[in-house]
This record gives sequence, C-alpha cells and structure tokens, in this order.
Amino acid sequence: MNEVLREKFEEFIATRDGYGKAIREIGAKDKLVVAVDADLASSTRSLWLKETAPERFFYAGISEMNAVGLATGLALEGKKAFVSSFAMFLTGRAFEIIRQSVCYGNVPVKIVGSHAGIFTGKDGPTAQATEDISLMRTLPRMNVIVPADAIEAEKATWFLKDFNEPCYLRTNREKSAVIYRNDYKFEFGKAVQLRKGNDVTIIACGALVPIAIEASVLLEKEGISARIINMHTIKPIDKKAIIKAARETKAIITAEDHQIIGGLGSAVAEVLSEERLCVPFKRIGLENRFAESGSPKDLFKKYGFTAENIALNAKKQLKNYT
Amino acid sequence: MKKILSKEKEEELKEIARKIRVLSLKMTTNTQSGHPGGSLSEADILAVLYFYKMNFNASDPSDPKRDRFVLSKGHACPGLYAALCLKGVIPESELWHFREINSLLQGHPERKTPGIETISGSLGQAFSVASGMALAAKMDGKKHKVYALVGDGEIQEGIVWETAMFAGFHKLNNLIVIIDRNGCQNDGYTKDIMNVEPVAEKFKAFGWSTVEINGHDLQQIASALEQAEKSDKPFAIVAKTVKGKGVSFMENDPQWHGKALSQEQLEQALKELGE
Repeated sequence: MNEVLREKFEEFIATRDGYGKAIREIGAKDKLVVAVDADLASSTRSLWLKETAPERFFYAGISEMNAVGLATGLALEGKKAFVSSFAMFLTGRAFEIIRQSVCYGNVPVKIVGSHAGIFTGKDGPTAQATEDISLMRTLPRMNVIVPADAIEAEKATWFLKDFNEPCYLRTNREKSAVIYRNDYKFEFGKAVQLRKGNDVTIIACGALVPIAIEASVLLEKEGISARIINMHTIKPIDKKAIIKAARETKAIITAEDHQIIGGLGSAVAEVLSEERLCVPFKRIGLENRFAESGSPKDLFKKYGFTAENIALNAKKQLKNYT
Repeated sequence: MKKILSKEKEEELKEIARKIRVLSLKMTTNTQSGHPGGSLSEADILAVLYFYKMNFNASDPSDPKRDRFVLSKGHACPGLYAALCLKGVIPESELWHFREINSLLQGHPERKTPGIETISGSLGQAFSVASGMALAAKMDGKKHKVYALVGDGEIQEGIVWETAMFAGFHKLNNLIVIIDRNGCQNDGYTKDIMNVEPVAEKFKAFGWSTVEINGHDLQQIASALEQAEKSDKPFAIVAKTVKGKGVSFMENDPQWHGKALSQEQLEQALKELGE
C-alpha cells in the first residue's frame, strides 16, 4: 500500500462531513469566510459554520438561483463565499447563474454540491446528481474537485478557502471508508497513485476510489497487478498521470458514481484520444439511464459499482490488449 | 414630492440624459444591433444616478467606498456605456466599437469594462448579485449603497422574487431597485405577454418600501432616491417610463427593444433630440 493510505479502512465518514469539519474550522480562522445555503445546510454540513461563525452563515431559502447570486455578490465584495445545496439542485437549477455570474464574471465562488451520485440512496433519482460533473466541467474557468474520502474533502475545502477561481466541490451523503492518513496533503490538479501496478490502471474518483482499491486486491489474487489512481481533480485533469498509465499499463478502466457521458470517464477518454494513446478502455458509471431508490449498497450492486464488476471489466479489457 | 434639484442642476441633468440618448442611438446604429428602446427609457434615471446621487469617482471606478450600480436589464447597456463615457470612465472612441470583435464594450455588460460591477444580460441575475453585494456591505458596516436597475419585463423572472424575498427578510435597506416600467418587452407589451401589475404592491408584500414616480421627471427621480436613503427596508422605485422616449416614432413601440435604427432613421431621431 501507498504511504498516504491507512493500513486498514476501519473508519467510515461521509465526505460531506469532511467539508463540514473544514468549514467550521476555517470559519473560526478566517473572518472572510461566508456560506450561503438553500435550506439543506444541515445535510450539506454548511450549517457547521454556524458553530464558529453564526453571523457569516446565510440561508437563501429554497432558492438555489438566488443562493448562487448572493454568493457571487459576496465574493465580488471580497468574501470567501461558499454556496451549498444538493449537487443536483445547485448545478442543475442554478446552472445558468453559475455559468454567467460566476464563470463568465470570473468570480471565485466555491460551489459545494452534496448528495452526489446514486450513493445518495433512498431519495431516488431526483436527489441523485449524476450529471453534475459533466455540467460543471464544461464551463470555462470552472474547476472540479471530487474528493475520495472525508480527509480529502476536508483538505480540499482548506485549499478552496484561498483559491481565487470558481470551483465545484462534490461531496456525498453516505459514509464511506476513510482511506487517507490524517497527514495526507491535498495537491490540486495532481492525481494520486494509490497502488502501483503494471497490468491495468483503474482511474476512479469519489466513492468509487475505495471500491477500486478493493478491486485491485481481487485482481492481485488472480496475479493481475492493477494501478489505482485517485483523480480527485477532474478539471484541470492530470494529463501526465493518464499518459503515463496508458504507456505503462495494458488497459485503462475509469470508475465514477456519475453518468459515463461527460464525467471522469469522458475526461480521461479525451486525453487518451488526443494523445493518440490506443489502449483498451472502459468507463464504469451509469450508462445513459436514471437509477432508482434503494440503499446505497443495493444501488451500487445493481448498477455495477462494485469491486467485482470493476475487476471483471479490467480482465475483459486486458484480453483486448494486443 | 418637493423639488430638490436646483434649476441649474436640473438643466445639467436634462442635457446629460439627452446626450445618453444621442450616444445610445449612434452606438446601436453604428453597429447595426443592440437595444436602443430601453436605453432611451432609462436615460433620465442614469443621469440622476451618475451625475447627482451616486458617489462614483471616474478616476477611481473601483474605490471601495463607491456606491455600486448594477444594470440588471443588461441589454440596455448602450445607455450605461454612454453614461460611463460622459462620466469619463470609457473613452468616446470605444463607443464606436460597441459589439465589435476585440471590443471593450460587449453586447451585454462584462466585468472587463471599467465601471461594470457584475455581468448581466441574462435577466434577473444581476439583481440577485446586487443583493449579495448589499449583504456584504451590511456585514462590514459599510455606508455605500447598491443600486440595481431592473426591467419591468425582467421581473417575470423567478429569481427576482427569490431575491426580493431575501432582501425584504434581511432588511437590506442599502439596496435600492429602480424598475424601468416602460411597459414593453421583447415580444410586445407586458400587459399582453405577462401582466406584471401591481408592481409596487408586489414589492411591498415582499417587505420593501416602495414609491411610484414618473421616470422621466428628474426632480421625482432625485427625490425618490433621497427618500430611499431614509428607508429601514430595501427600497423599490417603480419608475413609469416610455420606451424609446424622446424619439416620436420609437416611443412606446416594442419593435425598438432590440433593433437598431437605420442611418436615415437615426438622422431624424437626432434632429428630434436636438442634435
């Protein structure tokens, strides 16, 4: 295992809690930090800012568009403005405000969407953002971060505090394994190789990262060495890590809790094709469909977000290697 | 309302409003696109804001103490560019590159243009951004005001009422919105497309103080802006205006919302405007 990883994954914390812990701490430390939320702050964890800076937390009410507009106005006046809601409502309902007022206006608003992916579970597809990475990634000037665990979410939030560009941070509702040691250092735009491997590379983000690690253990038992890359920054994407993986391993698999169109898989495919790297390649994610209600565990099983399915796909692609 | 402008000041503002109209028409005809109608209806309001009311120094358009102005009806930026030009923020030569490639003056306001606080053009958004700016000023105990000029068709946008509810609830009395009530929108008259009345009552119901004025009466505009300063709530000025004001064949005709005058029409219009 890599030196940044814990020896055992015994602790389970949601990435939204990592964000919440950080916003509470940076709120106490930096008086410029403000947060706006659209009546879901107890869920997004922006409410935790209230514990340290109640005067700098605001409800826009259930109005994502105005929430983003408010955050933009606050940021224009020098505040370090975080705006949060469920990822779907924030990046969907308020998409155009994000495009115009934030990105075209080039205002460093920090957009935090929680309850991303089918990992959201029983609320069903209306609350499961599965197109948000795609929506945010396409916007000029926008950056996109998808933390793999609560530690990374926390560190990414600290990074965002002083980041002077628009950025989208995607978090999850459900608890997931804490994979990183507490002293892990988040480096924006730089993929983290979590396991060495020469046969196949699995590039994952968010909740699929610990599952990809599990897949590598399964593959190892069959004598296949899988390189695991945590692509926490989807935009700007770490091209070097992708090119290196395509040159040094025989196949590439991407895994994300998102539609396969427009997200991590697409971003990796863009690099592979433009760099003329012909390598067996498969995207794991939602295949042009909506999911449904269910426990996160059942949903991940039904839609193929499992170590077994990732391992199976890795083996299939290795067979395509010539 | 009492007259608060001196005779000389009123004459000066009248001349500035006239020049805003002249430049707006010249700019749009020059580039054969843009939005002249709404630029004419807002001209008097812009004249009073920039040359009487607002603390805005042309030599330092980003002075933290300045009053902020946001043109939420961003399509009417020829009027704003003209005002900023007369103020000395934008050189006149730039006006003749409006909407052209590599120009400082985009078809709708952008932040790279000096004097522009936020982007606008997609309706309703800049009003929301303005309320965020007003909130920031409140948090920091700053005394400047945030003015937003909003179109009457624009208030059909849902975000306008999300913003109005927020500002009313938080008593953002440093936020002053002026509604350019010219009764026309892109496709026709507001009364036919989507009735917005009663405008003042709507804002009142959202926790705002309101006043209705003639948006071409400089004394009334100045007086309403003074009244706004004393409000303990956000303040909405419903300014009754005429789209295309000052040019007989443009007045109250929705077709001039987003269409430039021909060279011939411009010559007639300029004559009517006393050029």
